[in-house]
This record gives sequence, structure tokens and C-alpha cells, in this order.
Amino acid sequence: MKTVIVVGNGMVGYKFCEKFVAKVDQGSFKLIVFGEEPRVAYDRVHLSEYFENGDAERLSMAPREWYQENNIELYTNERVTDIHRNSKTITTLSEKTYNYDYLVLATGSSPFVPQINGVDKDGVFVYRTIEDLEDTLSYADKIKKTVKKPKAAILGGGLLGLEAAKAVMDMGMEPHVVEFAPKLMPRQLDTRSSKVLQVKLESMGINIHLSKATNQILGNGHVIGMEFGEDDVLNVDMLVISAGIRPRDELGKSCGLKMGTRGGIVVDNKMRTSDPSIFAIGEIALYNQMIYGLVAPGYEMAGVAVDQILGIEETVMAAEIDMSTKLKLIGVDVASFGTPFMPAEKGHSIIFENKTESLYKRINVSHDGKRLLGGILVGDAKDYNMLLQMYLNEMPLPKNPENLILGSRGGEDVSFGSAMDLPDTAVVCSCEAVTKGQICCSVKDDGNESVKAISKATKATTGCGGCKPMVDDLVKETLKSLGKVVKESICEHFEYSRQELYDLVKLRKIEDYDSLLDEVGKGHGCEVCKPAVASIFASIYNETANRQATIQDTNDRYLANIQRNGTYSVVPRVAAGEITPKQLLAIGRIAQKYDLYTKITGGQRIDMFGAQLHELPLIWEELIAEGFETGQAYGKSLRTVKSCVGSTWCRYGMDESVTFAIDIENRYKGIRSPHKIKGGVSGCIRECAEARNKDFGFIAVEGGWNVYICGNGGANPQHAQLLAEKVDKITATKYVDRFLMYYIQTAPPLTRTAAWLDKLEGGIDYVKDVVINDCLGIAEQLDSEMQYLVDTYKCEWKEAVENPEIRSRYTHFVNAEETDDNIEFVSLREQKMPKAWV
Amino acid sequence: MISILNTYEAVEPEKVSLWFKAAPVEKFPKNGGACVKYKGMQIAVFNFTREGTWYACQNLCPHKMEMVLSRGMVGEDQGEPKVACPLHKNSFSLKTGKHLNGDLSSIATYPVKIEDDFVYIGFSE
Repeated sequence: MKTVIVVGNGMVGYKFCEKFVAKVDQGSFKLIVFGEEPRVAYDRVHLSEYFENGDAERLSMAPREWYQENNIELYTNERVTDIHRNSKTITTLSEKTYNYDYLVLATGSSPFVPQINGVDKDGVFVYRTIEDLEDTLSYADKIKKTVKKPKAAILGGGLLGLEAAKAVMDMGMEPHVVEFAPKLMPRQLDTRSSKVLQVKLESMGINIHLSKATNQILGNGHVIGMEFGEDDVLNVDMLVISAGIRPRDELGKSCGLKMGTRGGIVVDNKMRTSDPSIFAIGEIALYNQMIYGLVAPGYEMAGVAVDQILGIEETVMAAEIDMSTKLKLIGVDVASFGTPFMPAEKGHSIIFENKTESLYKRINVSHDGKRLLGGILVGDAKDYNMLLQMYLNEMPLPKNPENLILGSRGGEDVSFGSAMDLPDTAVVCSCEAVTKGQICCSVKDDGNESVKAISKATKATTGCGGCKPMVDDLVKETLKSLGKVVKESICEHFEYSRQELYDLVKLRKIEDYDSLLDEVGKGHGCEVCKPAVASIFASIYNETANRQATIQDTNDRYLANIQRNGTYSVVPRVAAGEITPKQLLAIGRIAQKYDLYTKITGGQRIDMFGAQLHELPLIWEELIAEGFETGQAYGKSLRTVKSCVGSTWCRYGMDESVTFAIDIENRYKGIRSPHKIKGGVSGCIRECAEARNKDFGFIAVEGGWNVYICGNGGANPQHAQLLAEKVDKITATKYVDRFLMYYIQTAPPLTRTAAWLDKLEGGIDYVKDVVINDCLGIAEQLDSEMQYLVDTYKCEWKEAVENPEIRSRYTHFVNAEETDDNIEFVSLREQKMPKAWV
Repeated sequence: MISILNTYEAVEPEKVSLWFKAAPVEKFPKNGGACVKYKGMQIAVFNFTREGTWYACQNLCPHKMEMVLSRGMVGEDQGEPKVACPLHKNSFSLKTGKHLNGDLSSIATYPVKIEDDFVYIGFSE
């Protein structure tokens, strides 16, 4: 039995093990792994998430048991100190010796610490390991006790530096990024995109200092500032250095392997070093005179080394390594691919820039206009996958290549083809190197007909997950090409889409979840179909969430929004945000009585947090007595209709927006839908109510109201689109009635109106045809269905407090009067908040 | 926090040494759950009417250590009865306690029996 020793248990070292055990028969090789860190390999790329959840386990690539299950001998906290090439042995810090047949070096890199006077002071840290983070965190905690608004600098404005900036911001310190170059992310971004990113990051509270060469780090013992030039000093309480990486190549050097002049162990395209028994992979491997600091090439190197050791000699590293990357940096999409910066003699660039929305898109196109050479995306990278594929596969460009980044603006020229136009060799999942051909074959030949099945069979989507939409398209298109009907079934219990189920419920007049399951479904249901069906019952019969409580999502079941610690928040309806002083006093009194944390919401009403389950009916009883009714903030239903103050007070107002908004909110209140719906009414085109940010919006103009539909804020903001111009209130309301009803009947579960419109064939023009021109002949029916919902509204909280059976559901224990003693609050700015999650 | 988690240990049916009389059957909603207090512990009990079975497990979701599982929706995944946590939809098998859509630690499950319209939960101590 031959022995393979892996030195280094980082991401690439782990990937080697994973690929190795997948290929090799048990018992034919012995695999021994040494890691210097105390933990098993973890996902360093997502290190800043450690702050969000504080859970190191979640970052790990595989639990320790995985190594046992695969017969891998794993020694963590054990550094390999020497390689003896003559005897093919290694020794460790604890002076143990091991024999190897093959040695794989995957020791990665360490942060580069520049020789600046004062880097050894207390409070100066690097950003690489969980231990680094923990040290930084405990220092930050110490500082926060003595300094009121502590500042932390990050030296280095590259990828990792910006991640580190996010981490120190999460620690509650004011982040200052200091970069030597005149722009952020100098390797990936051009000057203009870098500026767009900078403006965006600054708006999020990250301070940026460019073109700064640090002369020395100030402080007596511990850091108090950085000095750049004469009289140019930045006072900081902590410093994190993120100025690049240096390969951890000392083992290679000491045993005499061929090294690069500036570090790194030289390898050939088989990942072999100058000693044929020794391989080097990841950030220590110097391939094509380059060190590759990305995960994807590291994983590819691991795969090559595995195959070479197993004698599959044709697997070699590609001559050119694609350095394309896409990432979410502090919530901002940043991507670059191919040749991001390109001199003018090689081709021309098409650039779109919108500073107010922090958007930048650049593509570089060959002079003949036929090939995509590279590009940069900041702010919105949803086209990255397709652009990357076009670049990698040298696919022909559309006639107007600008459509690739601007979208098709009318005319015949469609910007993107479908994913099916890709060649079979196109790598769709770059983390796991899965091609389009493999995915389609897996669908056709092995019957893997869902993304879930594909990811199990091919591992595609299991890395970063960015390719999921494309894999989903490929699965669906392949099935279609086989003549199979692609079922948009909602879950394993109902082989129907939401729209089909809606029609079945209506046609067969089914009123109970159990009957529906017995008649058209199978099994016992789940948390996906139950709330979807509950929403259908609500839309057809206008039944409240009280009747079939256990098929409701938890918020609907208890008519309140569950919060971090299992307590709930309470939001009474304040139509259009208009509230009397008397009502304000009433809310204030009740919130004070029950010790609730209060906050004004984005929808112009008041949210009261921290109510325990048993308090909910008591609070609502008092609110109802004061004339309030439920605000349905917990439901997939109408939330609020936001308004500006309108012509009653505003000197610019064209019409009474508040009155209209109140009427509309009262008209649609209580209506449940596939997802939440929000509305807005603005009294003039200044649009203070942000109506174009809503599922439906009205804006007063000279001569009537403009009606907009299908906008939303949220993760993918979209402006609403114009449905009708200069119509009167009655017509405007009628159009929105029909639009909402049509959406409620046809949208898949949990799909906002904007996403629904995106998928709707014919888009906004088709909606206009249905709603205004009545091309389907259903307008009258939609009108009467909406009128039924309006006429049968009742406040479900009133129903709940008045019905003893429903009221009795609001206890934490069924066998004791006590309340949940696990709930802990801490104080926050004279109010309370839940004790933080550990 | 970890110490709370450690207070819950699965009890095998044959190891039951004490049947705790929790509450009358009608206190538990059909195809839903409710929470029972036993000594310092919170136990979620589910009346899976469609299956005609009862299950019990810790009320504590091991993800964020909140006492909420009894308020989750019950359901079934390829025949495996489960509860989905109301906070982040982590699903746990009601039979084995195993986390079904991720790799959180398993939750402790307890035997349930019904006698004279009363729900009893089995403990071993």
C-alpha cells in the first residue's frame, strides 16, 4: 500500500482529499494529512460570516468525522518541519517521522506584512485565520470599553481588505481602508468602476483613503495612528493588515526544491515540483510564473495532482488559467472576467455607468465586433454567468453587443440566447468543473430531472451556488427538448403549479387542506404546500388564518411576526400613515404597559416588538378597544399603501394623495396573495411616497393619475412599470383591482409581482391587454372576485380575541401557566432588545 | 447556551422509566404542536392526525437556541415525518431527530403514549 502525505489542511488541501477518496479504491492508498491550525479545513473565503453567526463549525469544509469515515489520518495542530527527500520521510514539530511515496504540499500562504516602522505594536493584526479574527475581536472588545467611537484601519484595499473592513464594521468600529494605489481592488477593477464601488462603500459608512503610503505606525506600545506623510496622520485604535499574501514555501526551500525568484515552488502542468514524488498545489504553486490566489484554480490543481498520482497522466493544468471572479462584497456585486482592462489597440469597450444607482458595466469587444474579450460588472452581476460563458466559449456576439449589458431595448435583436446555445464543453459550474454536456447527459441518460438530483449526481451548484439559475434553465430546457412537460409543481405532495391548484380548489369547491390533499395530492403535506394552499383558500373564500391555523406559516398562525428570540411584534393598521394624536397616545400607552420596543416602520406605521405569545391577545384587545385593527404585517398580504402628504398641505401637490391612499389601503386590506403586496400614492412627480418602488403605485399628474405596477425594493430592486396614464381614480382603481386579482390567481408561491412579471410571457404589454383591453374576456370576473374580497373583509384579530377557543391558543405551555423562561432581554437606548444569539 | 442543549437527551421507548401525564388530548391542535413543561424542560408534542401518530421532541431549535419548535409546521419528506422550525425552516425528523435539510446536530426525541384521552411523555431517569 502506498502512502500519500498532504501537508496543509486548508481549502485546497481538503479538496485534494475529497477528490482523492472519490477516485481511489479503499485500501490501495494510505492518506495522511497534517494541518498546522487547530481546526479542520474551513472556508476562508467566507471568513467574515464568522461574525454574523460566530459559528466556526459552519465554515468547516467537512466535519472531523468525515476524515475518519474515509480512513484519512488527520493530524491538526501539527506542523511539518522538515522534508527528507532522500529517505522520503517528513518530520513534525513533535519530532515524529512519517514515510511517504507521494508528498503533496498545500501549505497555502500567509499574509504579507510590509516592513513599516511600528508593525509590531499591540493592536496590529492580520486577516487570515479564525484565530486572527478571534484575536482581533477580543482586542476590539477591549478598545470599545475605553473609547467611545473606536476607529479601525485596514491596510490594503484589495478583495481581502474590503472583506476585513466589513468584519471590523461588524465589530462595531468605524472602518478606514487605506490603499497605496490610487483605486480600490486595483487588480480587478478599472478606475471608473473602482470609483463607483468606492462611492457605494462610502455611503455604507466605510471610509476610504487612496494613494497613501504608510511611513510609520504611531503609538507607545499600542497603535494610536498611522502616519502617511508630513502632517498627514490618521488616528486609529486598531489596524488590520491585508496587503497581499506570501506563499508558505519554507518547506520547499529548505529541502532544495526549485523555487521562484520571488517565492513559490515551481511546478509543471502536472503540478509536479522539481522532485517527481513531490507535488505542490494552491497558493504555494508557482505555475506559469504566477501564484494563483483564487479557490477555483486551486481546486483544479488538486484534481490534477490526484489524477497524476493515480497514473492518469493526461489530466494536466490548462495553459491559461481563467481568473474571472464574481463575488458579493459587503452586499455589493463585483465581477470581472477575461481581460478586464484592455488597451485600445486590442478592441473597444462598451461602458455603462450610473453613479446614483452604483452601477457600472463594461464589456470589451474585439475590433471586428465578433468576440467578447472581457469585462467588469459592479453593482449588478446577474449577467455574469452568461457573459463569462460567451467569453470562455468564444461565442458569436449579437449584432448590437451593447444589449449584453443594457438589455434589449425594443427591436428584434435579443441580447442573450438560452443556456442551451452553449457548447457542450462549456463549464457551467466552475467550482466543481461541471460542463453543460455533463448536466444535459445526466438529465437525459440518468433521469436526473431536477436541480436537486443534478447536484447530487454531478456536484454542480454545491460550491458557491452561483450557477444554480443556469443549471435550472438547462434542466428545464433539456426536459422540454425531450418532449417532457416541465412541471412547476409546488412540492412532492402536489404535482400541480399554484395556478393549477387555485383552479382545482375553485372548481371543486374544496375548503379544507386535508380534503385537498386527499383528492388531488399525496402524503401528509409539508411546510411548502401548507402555507401555499392556505393562501389559495384565503384568496378564494377570504377565510382568515384562524380557521385552519396549523397550515399557516408561524406568523399567520399567531397573527404576529416572530422575531429573533421567539417573541412577536405587533403592528396595527395605520392606513396611508395618517394617525391622530389620540391614536398615537393610545399606542404609546399600550407599548409602555407591555414594555414593548417601538420603531417606525418603512411603511409609515408603528411596530411594537418583544411581546410574548400569551400577551398578544391582551395587547390586541386594548388596541381594538382604541379603534385599531390588524395591520397584517405578518401575512403574505397587503401591507401598506404609503403616501406623501399631497395637495392638502404640500405646495407642489397635484392631487390628494393621502385620501386616495387611505381609500386604497382600506379597499385591499386583509387580501392575501402569493407574496406580500405594497402600494404607494404620490401627489406629484417628485414621488415622495416612492410609489414606483411598490407592487402598485399611483402618481398624480396634470389631468389624472398615472398607474404603475410590479415594482419592489428588497434584494433585487425594480422600478414599477407604467400600466396606464392620466386616468381618473375610479379607472385607476379598477385596473389595479384586475391586475392584483390576475396576479393572485397566476403567480407561483412566494413570488413578488416584479418577479411574476419577469416570467410572464408578453410582459407588461400582455398585462395591459388583459387588464385594459380584456383580451382574455375575464375582466368582469376579476372585478367581481375582487369586490367579493373587499366586501367580506373582517379583522382577524378581532375574531381571535372574541373567540375563546382561538384565544386559548396563545399560551406557551399547554400544561402550565408559566411563560418561556428562555427569553432574555438586554437594554438598548432606553428600550429593550433580545439577548444576542451566541 | 450549550448547557441548555445538553439537558435534552433522546429517550428510547424501551428505556422509559417514567410516563409524565402532560395534558388532555384536546389541548393539542390537529396536525400541529404544543409545548409541554416538564421539570426545567420544554418538550414539543405533535399530534400528527393524518398519520394517526404522536411525537415529542425538545422545543429548543439547535440552530439559534430558541424555544420555538412546537410552533413549527409538521409535515413529511419522502415519508419521514418532520417538523420545520418557524424561525429559519430547518426541518427535523420527528422519528430520529435528525436534521433533514442541513447538518445541525440532531434534536432529542421522546416516546409518547395516549391513555384515557391523556397525552403521556416518556422519560428515563
